[in-house]
Amino acid sequence: MINLDWSALTAIGILLGVFTLAPGLIWLERRLLALWQDRYGPNRVGPFGIFQVIADMIKIFFKEDWIPPFADKFVFFIAPGIIMLTVLMSFAVIPIAPGIGVMDINVGVLFFLAMSSLGAYSVVLGGWSSNNKYSLLGGLRAASQMISYEVFMGLSLLGVVAMAGSFNLREIVNAQAGMWNIVPQFFGFVVFTVAGLAEMHRLPFDIPEAESELVAGFHSEYSGMKFGMFFVGEYIGIVLISAVITTFFLGGWHGPFLPPLVWFFIKLFAFICFFILLRASLPRPRFDQLMSWGWKLMLPLAILNLVVTGAVLLAVRQGH
Amino acid sequence: MISIIKTIWTVILHMFGKRETVQYPDEKVKLRPRYRGRIILSRDPDGDERCVACYLCSAACPVDCISLQATEDEHGRRYPEFFRINFSRCIYCGLCEEACPTYAIQLTPDFEMSEPERPNLVYEKEDLLISGEGKYPGYHFYKVAGLKIKDKDKGEAENEDEPIDFKKLLP
Repeated sequence: MINLDWSALTAIGILLGVFTLAPGLIWLERRLLALWQDRYGPNRVGPFGIFQVIADMIKIFFKEDWIPPFADKFVFFIAPGIIMLTVLMSFAVIPIAPGIGVMDINVGVLFFLAMSSLGAYSVVLGGWSSNNKYSLLGGLRAASQMISYEVFMGLSLLGVVAMAGSFNLREIVNAQAGMWNIVPQFFGFVVFTVAGLAEMHRLPFDIPEAESELVAGFHSEYSGMKFGMFFVGEYIGIVLISAVITTFFLGGWHGPFLPPLVWFFIKLFAFICFFILLRASLPRPRFDQLMSWGWKLMLPLAILNLVVTGAVLLAVRQGH
Repeated sequence: MISIIKTIWTVILHMFGKRETVQYPDEKVKLRPRYRGRIILSRDPDGDERCVACYLCSAACPVDCISLQATEDEHGRRYPEFFRINFSRCIYCGLCEEACPTYAIQLTPDFEMSEPERPNLVYEKEDLLISGEGKYPGYHFYKVAGLKIKDKDKGEAENEDEPIDFKKLLP
């Protein structure tokens, strides 16, 4: 018997959990979208169509794994891996419940922001190495979108950090035991949700892969499991953003009556469903609209939120 | 901003709406009488083939899925020696039905003809011929056409006058 300690077991458990959650999310998304579009969605394979995911996975594993002859082969090969790696690395700092979590570092917020920024490389390199003008345009859009939304994504979190007085995610969660951050940091919450959607280039901000304009954007040339990795990376991204919002703004595992783990997953799934609802209802903005909202609306809002939070905190501390 | 929230709310309300989907194999689709599905060849009220092998359907077919060979019986009546429709190519446009001068070729509201073997989708004349008259009961091409065939001379068809003897001078 290999002697595995508790932290290693939880790490493996979280990894496997995330990997099963992501394909499950494909099924959930298809069913929910169908629900909101007066359809049924996949309901044939297995109970409620849940085995549709397995059928799709078997299919995608047997697809031809083709690298275009004009592509930059090495970069083309590693690009889908980067998004998987960075998104999974970000999960390392998410505190799921007391005692459950991969690592507990004192700069968890910075680690998460760094990893989600690195994810931009994946789409940029994927778009660049495909040597296809649509892919390149998609990659360019992804780069500018992710970098500009990164700015106020970080700024909107600083209010939370200031309230908790720590960059450690567990301490941030514990600081919300009395009141969830969504109340005092409402603008931060709104800005972070929008930024998170844009960061994971999720609909309605799926501008890097806008089907109606750019074929499939940065992954036009990808097929088989390489495409699957982009896809799974995006779905894990949704789980990640939902988990991060839960952690920062909804009090993580805190909640009455139910055990912490259950509370965490209730909040997580509520947010995942909310993101799918946004996909079902909102049209895609134009690219220049997205950028002007980002710089002219979201950034001032985030800075204002930070300034007001800082002022209030200073006043409260001086009052004591 | 308000419009966005309104949109989201409308989408949420659709959760409780009636589903548009017809769960097909469990629940049959309601097909209209003029639905264009599987092609058949009909017979006239006497039980003979209506088809006179004029090739108009084959010429009208945009995907060239109809092939036939004309032949004549001992009384000079034309009929197809073979009549073949490749349903793996057919697009069910109904142009053959429109082109047919004798109402022989007709489209029926039946689409359940899927087949694991592709060659089985090539229907021969015996597969296409039905024993009835299809959509135009009572129609008999040779009864209204001026053509001379067995048991009917020229001028004996419905709504037809005796042929004029052009060698006579009388009106």
